[in-house]
This record gives sequence, C-alpha cells and structure tokens, in this order.
Amino acid sequence: MIRAWTAPVAAVGRSVQDFAAGFGRFGTFSVGVVRSVGDVATWGGLLIQQMARLGVDSLPIALFIAAFTGIVLALQASYTFTGAVPLYFVGVLVGKTMILELGPVLTGLALAGRVGANIAAEIGTMRVTEQIDALETLAYDPFAYLVVPRVLAGVLMFPIVVAFADALGVVAGWITAINLLDMSTQEFVRGLRIFFDTFDVQFSLIKAASFGLAVTSIGSFFGFATMGGAAAVGRATTQAVVVSAMMILVLDAFWAVTLL
Amino acid sequence: MSIELDGVHKAFGAKRVLDGVSLRVEEGQTQAVIGASGSGKSVMLKTIVRLLTPDQGTVHVDGQEVARLGREELYALRRHVGYVFQFAALFDSMTVFDNVAMGLRRMRDLDAAALGERVQTSLALVEMTGYDDRLPGQLSGGQRKRVGLARAIATRPKYLLYDEPTTGLDPVTTAVIDRLIVKLADELGVTSVVVTHDMQSAYRIADKIAMLYEGRIRFVGTPAEIQATRDPVVRGFIEGRPELIEEGAA
Repeated sequence: MIRAWTAPVAAVGRSVQDFAAGFGRFGTFSVGVVRSVGDVATWGGLLIQQMARLGVDSLPIALFIAAFTGIVLALQASYTFTGAVPLYFVGVLVGKTMILELGPVLTGLALAGRVGANIAAEIGTMRVTEQIDALETLAYDPFAYLVVPRVLAGVLMFPIVVAFADALGVVAGWITAINLLDMSTQEFVRGLRIFFDTFDVQFSLIKAASFGLAVTSIGSFFGFATMGGAAAVGRATTQAVVVSAMMILVLDAFWAVTLL
Repeated sequence: MSIELDGVHKAFGAKRVLDGVSLRVEEGQTQAVIGASGSGKSVMLKTIVRLLTPDQGTVHVDGQEVARLGREELYALRRHVGYVFQFAALFDSMTVFDNVAMGLRRMRDLDAAALGERVQTSLALVEMTGYDDRLPGQLSGGQRKRVGLARAIATRPKYLLYDEPTTGLDPVTTAVIDRLIVKLADELGVTSVVVTHDMQSAYRIADKIAMLYEGRIRFVGTPAEIQATRDPVVRGFIEGRPELIEEGAA
C-alpha cells in the first residue's frame, strides 16, 4: 500500500535525477567544445563546408515556410482589421510579426528538424561505428573536428537564413496585399515603415544566432552521447529535435523578456 | 619501447570487465590476446590508447603513463600508435585515399606529394592499390579491414593494436590478413597487440599468446607453450571444449 503511494514520488525523483545528470553531461560536453575552439588547424578547413551544408542547403525549406507565412499573415491581418483598423496596418503586422517572431522562430523550428536531426544522426552513427574512436586514434580532437565547425556554422548561418526568410515573408505579404486585398504598394509600405525600427532586425538576427547555437550544440551532444546501434541513433535524433525545438521556444521567451 | 599494463581494473556500472589485468609486451613482439567474447579484450586494448580510462591500475606505453598525459602529449603518443578496428571504422563519407591520408594530414613535415606517395605505399602493402577513389560502402568486409590496416600503418607507427582483425572473414581472407600482420611486423618492426578469438590466427601471427579470463590474464606463453599447457580453462578454450572450462572454473 505504502509502495503504491511512494512509487510516483520515486518516479518523479528519478526523472529529476536523470535531468540533472543530463544537464551535467551537457555542461562537461560544452566545456570540452569550448576548449577545442583553439584548435583552429583542425576545424578551420571544415567551416566553409559546414556553412554550406547547414546554411545554404537550408535556404529552400526556410524560404518555402517564409513565403507561405507572409501570405497567411497578410490575409489574416486584413480579415482582423476590416472595418476597424485602416488597411495599411496590414503592412505593420506583416513586417513586425515576420521580423520579430515568425521569421526566426519558424525558421529555427524547421532547422531544428533539418539541421539538428542531421547532426545527431551523423555523429551518432559515427559514434556507434567507432569512427569517433578512429578519429581519436589518428590524433584528431573529435570536438574540434566534428562539433566546433558545426556550431560555428550554425551561429554564423542561421542569422543569414533568417534574414532571407524575414525578407521573403514581407515580400510575400506585400504581393498578397496588392493582389488579393485591394491595397496599393504605397499603403503597404506606409504600414511597413510606420513602426519600423532597425532594432527589430537586430533582435531577429540575435535570436537566430542563439537558435543556431542551440540546435547545433544539442544535435552534437545527443550524437556524441549515442550508445548502442541503429535504434540508439534513432532515439538520439528524436531527442535532438524535440529538445532543440523546446530550447528555441525557451530562448524566444528569454530574448523577449530581456530585450523588448 | 614496450607496452605494460599493471593491475588494470575497469567496470561499467556493476559489471566488472577487467579485474587486475597485468601484461607486458616487449619491443618488436607480436602479442596475441585471446579470450571468450565479452571477456574484456577490446576494453583492454582501448585502455592502451586511452579510448577508455582504467578505474584502477596503470598503463605505460613507450615509458609514459598514459593516464597522466596531457592532451597534446596524448595526441603525440597516439601518432605513434596504429589502431585497427574490429569493423574497420572507416570514415564512410570519405574515399579510401582520404581515409588512409587522415592520420598523415596531422604530420606537418609531409607535403602533398609525399603524402600521396605514403598513401600509395600503404595501400600497396595491404594489396589495395587502385582502390583510392572508392567509398567504404563499395568495398567488401575483407577489403575494408585491409584499408583500415593501411590507415593504421600509414603514419609508420611504433605500435599496432588490432581489435579482432579477422572476425567475420572467410578462411582465405583471414589467411591473407594474417600474412599481412606478420609481413608488417617483419617489414616495419612494430610492436603489436592482436586481440582475437581465432586460435589458428593466433598461432600464425603471435610470438606470445595471453589468455584473458574473468577479467585477468590466465596464461601467457608462446604458441607452443599454450598448446602444451595443462590448464583446463586454457585447454577448454583453445580446443573448444566448454566442459573443461567448467571443470577449471570449479
């Protein structure tokens, strides 16, 4: 009887313990990565390649999402404002929402799936097939070879991808406004400029860089922690995507609280 | 210039894998380590290059205690040790050439021409000339092991560690790999540790054979000595008679 009462408490305790242990392992992992940043000879030649893989190759999905988000934003703004607010406020809403929130967050979530999963699966497979051990025996620091170029590429390229997504989202909203909402370009641009602040762009890019850091480091961490076989690689990939997505939302709130 | 393990213990959670392993491998010798699957042979091999750290005991390579080495010193030592993995552990996104060249790219005194020549020489030693542009996925199991061997010897190491080099191979390929191990020991004069449970291989390649049993070294001797031993556990293993092992354990 007592066991029936204590079992849920024990389960919660175990979960807290596992979370704390995981957090500790991530801390140790992060220290190792930071120490390896100085090994430029190892990661220097790999950075451009990773920037292309994580950034340039991610542009199509990010732009696809941004274009449709811009269209929907313009239509929903018009639907909400009709009869109550001047229609040029469609430009305000599309610009502000796209740049401050939906551009970085939707792109971040899409890249958590594409980039985070890719990194976790690739490094996880290398772990279970002893390729990481092989790197060590060949005198390569695996953090410098595998993690540092991916994390740096994420921090540098996510803002660029988000900048393109923000821009295309606004353009898609403008095209929708002039074609489907009976608005002129002048009206849309007036709305766009009326509350525009260059800080909005900085805010968007800062968020994007932090998402890049989170997605690439979390993907690398779960890849490195993989133990076992194909099923373990699958688990690591899923965990990387779920934790990255959660972290993006946490960071989104964090930046809103600290910078706005 | 030897490898020396002294009282090495290693456990994973509650499971004790190594329980006081002591072994000395002399310079230029090929030491086979035999034992049942799961007896800790690969774990022991990994402690030699600190892919795993012992919980207790010491490992010395080249007169240096491996656990006490700093990061740069450890990498400097690893440049003198070649490691052949059980399933080759080739980098699957790289060609055969790039796999073999990986270790060489850490050597600053090699220019591109010398590097290319060293890769070709290493591939020739393992009879894999002409496979430079292939990816690991396009090779058979035996070919992958040979490329793994070429990668390990490319830096001209003083020590070679082999983890089950012939497991899963057909008898002919096994004999080819065995001949390569002997040839490399003769031509390059390396000190080798070969983990295997293939007794025919062990007899062919080893100067000495050690048997790992229940986390400790049960026997060390020449191939002739191990075949003449009366230890029932050792006899049971080399003759494939589990009843002798049970008798010895009792």
